[in-house]
Amino acid sequence: MHTPASSPPPRASMLNDPKVRGLVFQVLAIATVIAIGWYLFDNTQTNLAQRGITSGFDFLDRSAGFGILQALIPYTESDTYGRVFLVGLLNTLLVAVLGIVLATMIGFIVGIARLSPNWLISRLAAIYIEIFRNIPPLLQIFFWYFAVLRAMPPPRDSHAVGDAIFLNIRGLYLPSPSAADGFWAFVTALALAILACVVLARWAKARREATGQAFPLLAACIALLVVVPAAAIGLAGTPLHWSVPVLTGFNFRGGWVVIPELVALTVALSIYTAAFIAEIVRSGIQAVSHGQTEAARSLGLRPGPTLRLVILPQAMRVIIPPLTSQYLNLVKNSSLAAAIGYPDLVSVFAGTALNQTGQAIETIAITMSVYLAISLAISILMNIYNKRIALVER
Amino acid sequence: MKPVRTAALSILAATTLGLSSHASAGTTLDAVMKKGYVQCGVSDGLPGFSFTDAQGNYKGIDVDVCRAVAAAVFGDASKVRFTPLTAKERFTALQSGEVDVLSRNTTWTSSRDSGMGLHFAGVTYYDGQGFLVNKKLGVKSAKELDGAAVCIQAGTTTELNLADYFRSSGMKYTPITYDKSDETIVALEAGRCDVLTSDQSQLYAQRIKLANPEDYVVLPEVISKEPLGPLVRQGDDEWFNIVRWTLFALLNAEEAGISSANVEKEAASSTNPDVRRLLGADGDYGKDLKVSKDWVVNMVKQVGNYGEMFERNVGMGSELKIARGQNALWNAGGLQYAPPVR
Repeated sequence: MHTPASSPPPRASMLNDPKVRGLVFQVLAIATVIAIGWYLFDNTQTNLAQRGITSGFDFLDRSAGFGILQALIPYTESDTYGRVFLVGLLNTLLVAVLGIVLATMIGFIVGIARLSPNWLISRLAAIYIEIFRNIPPLLQIFFWYFAVLRAMPPPRDSHAVGDAIFLNIRGLYLPSPSAADGFWAFVTALALAILACVVLARWAKARREATGQAFPLLAACIALLVVVPAAAIGLAGTPLHWSVPVLTGFNFRGGWVVIPELVALTVALSIYTAAFIAEIVRSGIQAVSHGQTEAARSLGLRPGPTLRLVILPQAMRVIIPPLTSQYLNLVKNSSLAAAIGYPDLVSVFAGTALNQTGQAIETIAITMSVYLAISLAISILMNIYNKRIALVER
Repeated sequence: MKPVRTAALSILAATTLGLSSHASAGTTLDAVMKKGYVQCGVSDGLPGFSFTDAQGNYKGIDVDVCRAVAAAVFGDASKVRFTPLTAKERFTALQSGEVDVLSRNTTWTSSRDSGMGLHFAGVTYYDGQGFLVNKKLGVKSAKELDGAAVCIQAGTTTELNLADYFRSSGMKYTPITYDKSDETIVALEAGRCDVLTSDQSQLYAQRIKLANPEDYVVLPEVISKEPLGPLVRQGDDEWFNIVRWTLFALLNAEEAGISSANVEKEAASSTNPDVRRLLGADGDYGKDLKVSKDWVVNMVKQVGNYGEMFERNVGMGSELKIARGQNALWNAGGLQYAPPVR
């Protein structure tokens, strides 16, 4: 809409003024879009009313009346559909977060291994990548689910570690902690240790920049994080009570349970996405000129620090944008959960809740907006990170 | 890819509702006549109700209801096409117009009848919810199921009844929910759950699919009323009447002793006024329904009466061997009752 400023024409007809014409066309375009939008909205409302289909968002306050396999917040059958939505959303986010963390870890390891000078390691990494990125994710989810299901014993013949951890077809049962006498002393000690670590890290960085001498930061921090809280436990007593799962009747009660659906979905999505991330990591590393490696070597850096301090930071600039897309893919693929009965947003809200209420338009609209919002949030975070590590031109 | 399909159907419903203009709805009967067949929604595989046999033909009591509707409308029971639907997909498929009738072991409830823009045309099968367990567990009654993991099909009344039953009995359970009934069976066999819950008729049907059916037992408790029947869209009374009276005609035929074997002879020579009216020998009771005069003759000749349908698909003539019980005619101690044709 920018027109170069020119000397005003002698006889300006409104029709020929490019500014006015531009404005008119834009107003017309907006009006058309609004009119179409309104027509669709109004038409849908009228048709819904005509066919006697209930519409509106009142159902979110109605009692749902069905159980959900896994809820991260307290949930009972008498809670509302709004609560069902939250339970589903949290289950989706759980898979998304676990999947992104795992996929990133596996992806970076495999990507770096792919470039290893060791023939066996690089071949194995290549085989991993070629197998897992070329099989549809749904099939991989089925594979893991049924592989996990078939291999596990029934509850009464569980694999047990001590008398506290049990593994069977119903899931992995772990003792669950709750706060005891020494809890706050322990938390305080832990916070102090972390704080000390941060201070130490700053000091080490300043010293390295001033003198070039490296400090064994990792070892020192681990020592701090172990010794200080251990001392607190010694002084103030045990921080946590453990509720141990016990086999009563059909199943174990008490403790935490990791359901096989969650394991299968997370493992399948992580392994599938990691294959793509590995290739992205490889491309990022190869985009860094070999001269950087040679320069680092000639400065006397060993291969490990060369990779960590010189190559990867520069490779990240190439890696981040495509990595973001992989994160988005993982989140969207998590909706395949419904296929194996993991209670994610699509399964419990856009599935069961939709079916029990019959309000397809509302539930699908809410679900789509949620996925859009999650994806945009990830994009924004990754863009901020990308800006921070971008090459600063001086 | 069922979840994707459900979403697709829902979006389809949204767009059809958004784009179709207000007044020009057009009747279902006109649309059916124009395309030349009835599109019928059935289940994704439930022996006795709707499933495909080894030759790929649809069989079952729900399927036969669709064939009967086709016979009433076209005089030809083969003019019907089937769409297999999961429990989650079924209502959206009917609302969006993908199918003309939904005959898919669906329970008649107030909210489905009033809030979803759908109408139940009648009851094909009076059912009730039960439990299927492995004999190894040694469970004799549903009251002993405290703490059990229960496999259910998603989006069914079963899911709600189960929650009510355990809550009112003060028991706990873990719901394991799948989209398809086949998946619930696989999970039960693998031991992912202790109990499978569904309508009793379905439990008998699904038990046949197990590798060792004798190892499993249906518990005696029936925890709900599940009247199953065909549905149509609200606001099209003409089509609603056709489907409803198809069911009634099947029942009236059985009551009058008219079967696929004797229907033509009865139509030609019966002197019973009830039979003469039903078969179109006296008056034309098909006219106001917008079907042919001999619609019941076509229907019974090609599909049989209700009793024949029952015995062939779920009764003693089938693998399920379910007794008539509540599904016997009213004059034989059951609940099946049809208003008269006159």
